[in-house]
Amino acid sequence: MSIILDKVNYSYSVGTAYEVNALKDINLKIEDNEFIGIIGHTGSGKSTLTQHLNGLVKATSGHIYVDGEDIYDNDYDMRKLRNKVGLVFQYPEHQLFETTVFEDVCFGPKNQGLDKKKAQLKAFEALYNVGFPEKLFYSSPFELSGGQKRRVAIAGVLAMQPKVLILDEPTAGLDPAGRDEIFELLAKMRKELNITIILVSHSMEDVANYVDRIIVMNKGQVMYDDAPREVFKHYKELEKMGLAAPQVTYLMHELKEKGLQVDETATTVDEAKQSILRALGR
Amino acid sequence: MGIIKAINLVHEYIKRDEDNNVSDIVRALDDVNIEVEAGQFIAILGHNGSGKSTFAKHLNALLAPTEGTLVVDGKNVKDEKNIMDIRKNAGMVFQNPDNQIIASVVEEDVGFGPENIGVPTEEIWERVDNSLKAVGMTEYRKHSPNKLSGGQKQRVAIAGVVAMEPKCIIFDEPTAMLDPNGRKEVIKTAHKLNKEKNVTILLITHYMEEVVDADYVYVMEKGKVVMEGTPRAIFSQVDALKEHRLDVPQVTLLADELRKSGLDIPKGILRREELVKALEKNMAR
Repeated sequence: MSIILDKVNYSYSVGTAYEVNALKDINLKIEDNEFIGIIGHTGSGKSTLTQHLNGLVKATSGHIYVDGEDIYDNDYDMRKLRNKVGLVFQYPEHQLFETTVFEDVCFGPKNQGLDKKKAQLKAFEALYNVGFPEKLFYSSPFELSGGQKRRVAIAGVLAMQPKVLILDEPTAGLDPAGRDEIFELLAKMRKELNITIILVSHSMEDVANYVDRIIVMNKGQVMYDDAPREVFKHYKELEKMGLAAPQVTYLMHELKEKGLQVDETATTVDEAKQSILRALGR
Repeated sequence: MGIIKAINLVHEYIKRDEDNNVSDIVRALDDVNIEVEAGQFIAILGHNGSGKSTFAKHLNALLAPTEGTLVVDGKNVKDEKNIMDIRKNAGMVFQNPDNQIIASVVEEDVGFGPENIGVPTEEIWERVDNSLKAVGMTEYRKHSPNKLSGGQKQRVAIAGVVAMEPKCIIFDEPTAMLDPNGRKEVIKTAHKLNKEKNVTILLITHYMEEVVDADYVYVMEKGKVVMEGTPRAIFSQVDALKEHRLDVPQVTLLADELRKSGLDIPKGILRREELVKALEKNMAR
């Protein structure tokens, strides 16, 4: 399923002194089965952008085509879009509310109009797909650890079988192992369920490790849109935008300055290791 | 004697069913012994649910110990009449800046705390000036907190705590919701308060890079302190940290991997400069 954004603009408080252009002339094409990271400082327009993708916020001007259909056409059914594009908010576990994990995950598919049996089946599949232990299906979501709660919240959106899953800072507040687990889970879901994953993140190291494509937002505009190693080549410009490159990218640049012939575009520990060993003739 | 002294500290969360019978007891702190000297910068690591925040909440008497003793600035937290003093001397900064800011103008927000404890008006403004300066937010004093970035909001929240002139500030995952720049700003501010105002800092975090410059690190797991030492000593133990669901800074990990591949690199590398130096030696050979 492809999503095309064509000259999308979005302004807040139009016509007042507080008018802000939150998005400026965004042109993007998102293909099937991509794994995309969106980075940008607080207020750069990341979240506004993701909210356009499932129609929560409507562009002031421009068009968004999902599967070739303009979602702003008068006869376009927004419900169809929301079934295709699932959005997981920041700290999604704050939205858990049912008495059991299983009930909570059933809520979405039930709301889509599925009968009880089918909704339960979808909930079961979703919990299975996020690797949630079966013995905890009927416990209260409030008794779980932070990482597990987040899995349940993701399952709640997954149960609605979206083709595109958007997550706003899915690892905020989790411990390092929890962060890795969520990223591994997303990578696995993308492969096995054949869905597109788009995530907003502040962790450059995690983004470099997992995604194939990075979109850098700054002041409502797309500044870079490329593979991680290409994007992090611009680490100096990224810093000016309040961002950074992964620690190893800086290290590689410093080593190159000292005369070691390493690949300064390395963005992960593994790439850096291979490159350093090669440069030292090991 | 240290400013914070926890001796065999135990905290149990007790859950009761509808009939008020005890249905479950969770031991969130299990025999914790931690001593912090005045002026130190201490970091506490541990995975979600390891007991870090429970410990932090004891330090300004938001929670009371089930067993054991906790003395903050010479005052036992168990004694009810000490509570107000302890809260004045141990300030807390939490994860979400939006939950900690209440006024519509930055300077009023910072002045809220001292006003609440009856500081004379003139002194309130003096404290507000000093606090905003300490966190580098003076030029935003007349702004609305709404329009600030995450890092700036968090610095306003810190200024609000600084205005209470505590001897000790506990940061409970202050950077979890911030972008890279915001993270840097907040950690820098914490170090600045530590160095310039001699405030004792306890930093709880999940970002290993933020711990590198601490004086001493405690690692918690299942309510117990399972590792303690200098950052270098702690981060030399890559495998042990992973077992505790933690990590090491990316540079430390890379240094460890390179050493395992046969390069001559010392253990416990924390900073980029150190690794560059170690690799230069390998080049010369």
